[in-house]
Amino acid sequence: MNLHSIWAIYRFEMARSVRTLWQSLITPVVSTSLYFVVFGAAIGSRMPPVEGVDYGAFIVPGLIMMTLFTTSIFNASFGIYFPKFTGTIYEVLSAPISFLEIVLAYVGAAATKSVVLGLVILLTASFFVDLDIVHPLWMVAFLVMISAAFSLFGFIIGIWAKGFEQLNMIPMLIVMPLAFLGGAFYSVTMLPAFWQKVALFNPVVYLISGFRWSFYGNGDVPVEISLAAVAIFFGVCLAVTWWIFKTGYRLKS
Amino acid sequence: MKDTNMPGDPIIAVRGLTKTYEGGFQALKGVDLDIRKGEIFALLGPNGAGKTTLINIICGIVTPSEGTVTVGGYDHQKQYREARKLIGLVPQELHTDAFESVWATTNFSRGLFGKAPDPAHIEKVLKDLSLWDKQKARIMMLSGGMKRRVMIAKALSHEPAILFLDEPTAGVDVELRRDMWAMVRKLRESGVTIILTTHYIEEAEQMADRIGVISKGEIILVEEKADLIEKLGKKELRLSLQEPLSAVPPELAEWKLELGQDGHLLTYTFDSQAERTGVPSLMRRLADLNIGFADIETRQSSLEEIFVNLVHDQNAGQNADQTADASLPDGEKDSRP
Ligand SMILES: Nc1ncnc2c1ncn2[C@@H]1O[C@H](COP(=O)(O)OP(=O)(O)O)[C@@H](O)[C@H]1O
Ligand SMILES: [Mg+2]
Repeated sequence: MNLHSIWAIYRFEMARSVRTLWQSLITPVVSTSLYFVVFGAAIGSRMPPVEGVDYGAFIVPGLIMMTLFTTSIFNASFGIYFPKFTGTIYEVLSAPISFLEIVLAYVGAAATKSVVLGLVILLTASFFVDLDIVHPLWMVAFLVMISAAFSLFGFIIGIWAKGFEQLNMIPMLIVMPLAFLGGAFYSVTMLPAFWQKVALFNPVVYLISGFRWSFYGNGDVPVEISLAAVAIFFGVCLAVTWWIFKTGYRLKS
Repeated sequence: MKDTNMPGDPIIAVRGLTKTYEGGFQALKGVDLDIRKGEIFALLGPNGAGKTTLINIICGIVTPSEGTVTVGGYDHQKQYREARKLIGLVPQELHTDAFESVWATTNFSRGLFGKAPDPAHIEKVLKDLSLWDKQKARIMMLSGGMKRRVMIAKALSHEPAILFLDEPTAGVDVELRRDMWAMVRKLRESGVTIILTTHYIEEAEQMADRIGVISKGEIILVEEKADLIEKLGKKELRLSLQEPLSAVPPELAEWKLELGQDGHLLTYTFDSQAERTGVPSLMRRLADLNIGFADIETRQSSLEEIFVNLVHDQNAGQNADQTADASLPDGEKDSRP
């Protein structure tokens, strides 16, 4: 394992976001606060508790997950797309570093940022609602695993993308809708029977459900299934990344 | 083209290397090349000849279609870690991280190539390249020439045994070019092998120990620079006449002389390696014809002329292959630039 190389890329990526620290923290904090004002206070006060949890508190895991999905994808895809765009990727391609090490560095940096952001949102949320986390260790574990999985997904998008528009396309057109429909703001059990079955085809349901389980002790599906879903998603992304480096897809001519 | 009398193992050995890009364009057509440890090797060739493709394959940026490359005895694909650690690359294009500082980007490169941090070495590299007072500047604030220096600093940050310079002086001012060659000489003295491509033939002529010429994806020649100039060099004999001539007398036709400067200058081009240069007989014939000259001078053709001739000959050969009428002789007048 070439630790110096991994550390060099990791630090480079972290430094890049420290330069824009305020932007990357203020934006999500402001938007999360708005969600709490609107959904938590204004609408939530007229909503009955969901599965015994106050509506304002109920939406916290979903909100964190939504931010986690989009920032992980954005950070990782941008991290690898930008050097491709400017041409500085030549240096990484010519370095004595394996594909696994490159992925570890880029994805590790993106995931680190997402985890930090997730914790910041959690802190913000605690000002608005009473939070009582049932499985704090599992909560952190889900935070890390899902950040890593979506960062890996973002890394793939960054390599695949041929323009800046494409970087936004997948998160906006696929991930956000799936997250909205995946029970970020409601429990799937609130849906009519038919739509409950349809919802189970949405992989995001399993992720949000697992995360919510770590907060409140129950989810839409058993937590083992959520864990399996995270593992499968991560495995598929890893296989695709391995294939990318094997073939040099959109990295080497 | 194979090298004979290779002292020791080559530090880079390229065998049967071909590259066909996605669109079907074949940029390299079976390249064999040995680079000797510690030499300065200049790769000359017109635009699109495949110089950058060859360098990028050796460095791992472009995937070869066929063939093998070993660097320091290591296969550049199977043992890429060992192979790549030996190499520093200054690519043709200025690819820099605009928002990084000079120091940070150089330090990054060292880490990326697996070396432990060494601020003293980074300082030395930046000082050698007159970048030390710019160490905190963001790269986007620098001029093109300064950015080129930064690229070199990055390549040298991990103390490579082999340095690739892909057209290092393209679009670079005189001062930087001079600094760069001073640096290249110093690096060579410290044992670094240097491979450079250039359009400026006089640079290859001044700097290189050996010269390779590549054209249309094929290495058409590899020679010691001195041998090359001697072997392929045409010499010119220039005679300043006392009395101007209106035309070359028919008695001198066999020498294919050229008349210039309003009939005051006779130029005879000959192959200095040929058994019979034709010079003594020409002198005798001139004496017979009572043509007197005030001054006589010989001139050796420069590498540039040799180079143009070579590439020109190759093109002529290929055109002849393509046209149905392949009977055009490779006339002697064609071999002059
Ligand atoms: N990525 C690529 N895809 C397709 N063709 C390429 C690519 N890169 C280079 N070429 C072509 O390969 C040939 C050799 O290019 P290059 O190696 O850059 O030549 P040089 O460095 O000698 O100018 C050129 O005709 C160029 O157009
Ligand atoms: Mg080139």
